[in-house]
Parts: sequence; structure tokens; C-alpha cells
Amino acid sequence: MGVIFVDTLKLEATARQMRQEIIKMITAAGSGHPGGSLSAADIMTVLYFDKMNLRPDEPKWDGRDYFVLSKGHAAPALYAALALRGFFPVEQLETLRKLHSPLQGHPVSTKVPGVDVSTGSLGQGISVAAGIAKGLKIDGKPNHVYALLGDGECQEGEVWEALMFAAHYQLDNLTVIIDRNCLQIDGKVDEVMSISPLDKKLDAFGFNVLMVNGHNIESIGRAIDTAKAEKGRPTAIIANTVKGRGVSFMENQVGWHGNAPKPEEAAQALQELQDMR
Amino acid sequence: MAEKIATRDAYGKTLAELAVSDKNLVVLDADLSKSTKTGDFAKVCPERFVEMGIAEQNMVAVAAGLATLGKHVFCSSFAIFAVGRAFEQVRNAVAYPQLPVTVAATHAGITVGEDGATHQAIEDISLMRSVPGMTVVVPADAHETAQAVRLLAEYDKPAYLRLGRLAVESVMPEDYQFQIGKGFVLRDGADAVIFACGLMVQEAVKAAEMLAAEGIDAAVVNLPTIKPLDTELVISMAKKCGAVITAEEHNINGGLGSAVAEVLAENCPTPMLRVGVADVFGQSGKPAELMAEYGLNADALAAKVKEVITRK
Repeated sequence: MGVIFVDTLKLEATARQMRQEIIKMITAAGSGHPGGSLSAADIMTVLYFDKMNLRPDEPKWDGRDYFVLSKGHAAPALYAALALRGFFPVEQLETLRKLHSPLQGHPVSTKVPGVDVSTGSLGQGISVAAGIAKGLKIDGKPNHVYALLGDGECQEGEVWEALMFAAHYQLDNLTVIIDRNCLQIDGKVDEVMSISPLDKKLDAFGFNVLMVNGHNIESIGRAIDTAKAEKGRPTAIIANTVKGRGVSFMENQVGWHGNAPKPEEAAQALQELQDMR
Repeated sequence: MAEKIATRDAYGKTLAELAVSDKNLVVLDADLSKSTKTGDFAKVCPERFVEMGIAEQNMVAVAAGLATLGKHVFCSSFAIFAVGRAFEQVRNAVAYPQLPVTVAATHAGITVGEDGATHQAIEDISLMRSVPGMTVVVPADAHETAQAVRLLAEYDKPAYLRLGRLAVESVMPEDYQFQIGKGFVLRDGADAVIFACGLMVQEAVKAAEMLAAEGIDAAVVNLPTIKPLDTELVISMAKKCGAVITAEEHNINGGLGSAVAEVLAENCPTPMLRVGVADVFGQSGKPAELMAEYGLNADALAAKVKEVITRK
């Protein structure tokens, strides 16, 4: 198992780097969503640096797997993943949310290499992902489609329309990952509008349901392998995460959903991420 | 009298014809395929017809997903649901990324009839016209619909195609070729011009005939593309006739009348009256009764033409 261990260490280092880029770009922008970007960083790392078929020098390559960031406000995590993976220069990240930058507050397919789907309005990304999966089925193609949702996002009715559709058409080429960080803008998901029991609901909707620690690189990877091997039904991975993961003063703090750190806070955050093990 | 065919029937028939030649076409419907006539396509091409169930928001975003793969997608429901309920999906999932999806909605306007106001979309042109980059097409008859469908199947941008439930007369000549952004002068005139779209074109033709009998020379222009509007034709005909009527089966606010008024106000202010539903909800009734009730038939149009001429 030595090789896997080394790979895991490497992926963990990439996730740390991704978190640092997230902090840097949101700080430079003066606005953005650090909490839900940090909670998704390990999932993004496993997808972009291990599991997805991609060609950074050929973003529209026919054989690519598709990723849809249904929780579009976690754009910094996606931009960091794409830049670190080589889709565009890392230096561009500091243009986040600035006038004329391709790196809009929420991702736009027409502007950013590697972004296949424009998202930002919650609940729509999963439908678009399901549409891609259905189209790939019509064409008999083997590409896999991943959609990353927030747990608060699951309050949108359209999410359940899309889940119903994906199960009805047996879209086993679709894997829905839910970043279960248990917080949303107005507070705890359970208090704002409970979506529990999420696993039972997904199961009842016809999904293969897996639960993982969304910060354990190996567990996430194994869940994705299991999802890809599943036949006849789509998979939903509930990834239990910590909002703001990796920065002590942001962890589990609802206030860090959509606020940029001040420079001194950013410096502390970056130091903590440097020391993170 | 010319043969009457509903634009939705021409839509279904044309899709079914295209199924054979256009392998890139995918059609979606939300449990209304018998009414929207996408069922005609489903019969000949079940593998590229996707039944979405009663879930219009998901339907429109799924259409965006299919278009992301390079497919051209027609998605259909009644106008009130395809455009009303799923407005934000049309805006954010389809129009913003400029995907080649045609939202082809039937049962637009009050001639839905007995189902009543909940099902009578009179806001859809306004909604679609306000979305950046959206093309808005309202065909007048079966011939124009068939041509528009064929053209939109090859179109690389998002579009809204507005179709009706009611059978309408053929008004366009046989050799007519629909072009996006181009209007068509059906009848030239000197005293006033009626700019119409959809089934109001047949009413405008009748109104002009009635007026001719009284010695009033009214032009009739079909404007099947509300956006981009044929501004050149609108301006030239307005200048020539000096009095303008717009006619649409839609709220007088935000639709064809507003589009024409905007162009004229900025380019050549002209006496003008808008014929349409006067900012009220419809009700149950037979289509012809509703057309009369809300002032949308040839009689009402002719009266408005006479009125606007007095303002010259």
C-alpha cells in the first residue's frame, strides 16, 4: 500500500495548496465565499488530481469527464483546482471578481477554460449535469459526470426534480456529491430548513447512497470508485465536511459563508494552512 | 377560405420531419406532448425524445445540459410554464451561456380558451424579450412555423418560439421564406400600418379588408421576430403611413407593441395605439368569445385604425 500512501500525501499537499489559493484570491477580491470553498477543497482535489479524465491543454476534449459546480458560489475552489491543474495560469486567480476578469463571482462556461457549465443559481447545476449524463447515454459514450451540491442547496425543489429524473433514466454515469457542511447563510441547515434524513431521502429517490468523511482523501477516492462501478442507478455521495475547513477561526462559523478575510486574517489563515497536517 | 392549421400542429409535424435528417436534434416535453405536438416527434424518434414529467424547471436546465454536449434541443410545454415557471432556468442555464436551446412553447395567449387565466400566458414575449441575447419568434401561420422550426433547428443561439393552440388561417404566401429579424409586408397601404404577430396577423388582414371597403388604405406588416426586431421596416412603414397600430395576443405591456413603440419613440415618433390584452388577466370562454371580449378581433382592430388616423 506504500504507493497509495505517497499519492495520498501528495493529494493532501495539493488540497492545502488549493486552500491557500482560495484564501489568497478571496482576500484579493475583497469578497467571495471562503467557507463553502474550503469545505469542498478535498473533494475537488480528488476529482481534479486523481479521478477525472481531463486534458488541461485541450479543455473540450471529447473523452473528458464533466464536472458541474452546482454550488456555484464555491467558484474559488473550482478556479484553484483548474489553475493548479494547468487549465490557466495560477497568477490569474488574483483577478477573481474584478471587472473584465473571466473569473466571475460564479463560474461562466463561456469565459473560463475547463468550466463546462455556468452555475450560481442554486439547484440548476444538478439538472444541467443530469442533462449531460442523459445526452452521453443517448450517444452511448462512457464519460462520467460529477455534480457538486451544497447541503443547503438541497432545499431547492429543482434538486429533487433532477434527482427524480436521474434515477428514472438510470443515469449511472452521474455522481452527485453533496458537501454536507451543515451551514447556510442564515444559520444551521437543520434550523433554517431541515433536509434530514438526507440519506434516506436520496435512497428513496432511487440513488445508490454513500457517506464519507469529506476531508479524507482516500475515503473520497474509494467512494468515487464505487460510484463509477455502480450500474443501473446514479450515486449520491454525502460528504460530511466542516465549513471553513483548515482555517481555525473560519471552521463551523456561519459568518464565513460569504465574507472575505482582512489582510491580517488572511495572513493567519495562510500560516495555519502552511502548518496543516 | 384558406385551410386552418394551428401553429403547434405545424411545429410537431416539422419536428417529426426533421427527426430523420437531423440526428443532432433532441426534444423534451413536460407531460404535454399530446398538446404541444412534440408527440409527433416522439412517435418517429423515441430515442431522442425525452419525457421530463411535470417538472419544467428541470426540463429547461436538462436542455442546457444536452446543449452543452453540442445537441440542439427543443423543449416544450405551455408558455405559462416553459417561460413563466422556468424563467430563471431559461435566463441562467440557457441564455447566459448562449446555448442552442429553443424553448418552443404552445398555448400562448388567451385563445387557450376554457382553461382560463392560469393557463393563458400574456407575459411571455415580455419576459423573453428582456433576456439579453434571446431571439423571440412568433409565427403567424403553419407555413411560417414550419420554416421557423427548420431554421431554429440549425440556430446556434438560444431562442423562444411562441405557438398557439387555436387553428389559424394561412396568411403567408407560398414562396415566403422566414428569416430571423425580418418582417414581411402582407399588404401595402398609405393611411395607417398594422404591425402584427401570431394569430393577430390574420385579424389584421381581415381588418384591412374591412377598412378598404370603407375607403381606408391600411398596410399590414407581419413581424414574426419580436427580437431582433426589423427596425428598418418598422421605421419606413411608420414614416410612410403616419399612423401605427400594433396587434398581439399578449399584454399590451412589454410585447410587440412595446418593442415597436421603443423604436418609433427613438427614431420617428408617430401616432400609435397598441392592441392587445389591456393589462388584465383572461378568463374561461371560447377563443372567439375571448378575442371579442378583450378587443383582439378584426372588428376591434379596424376601430382602432380609424381612431389612430384621427390623431395624425
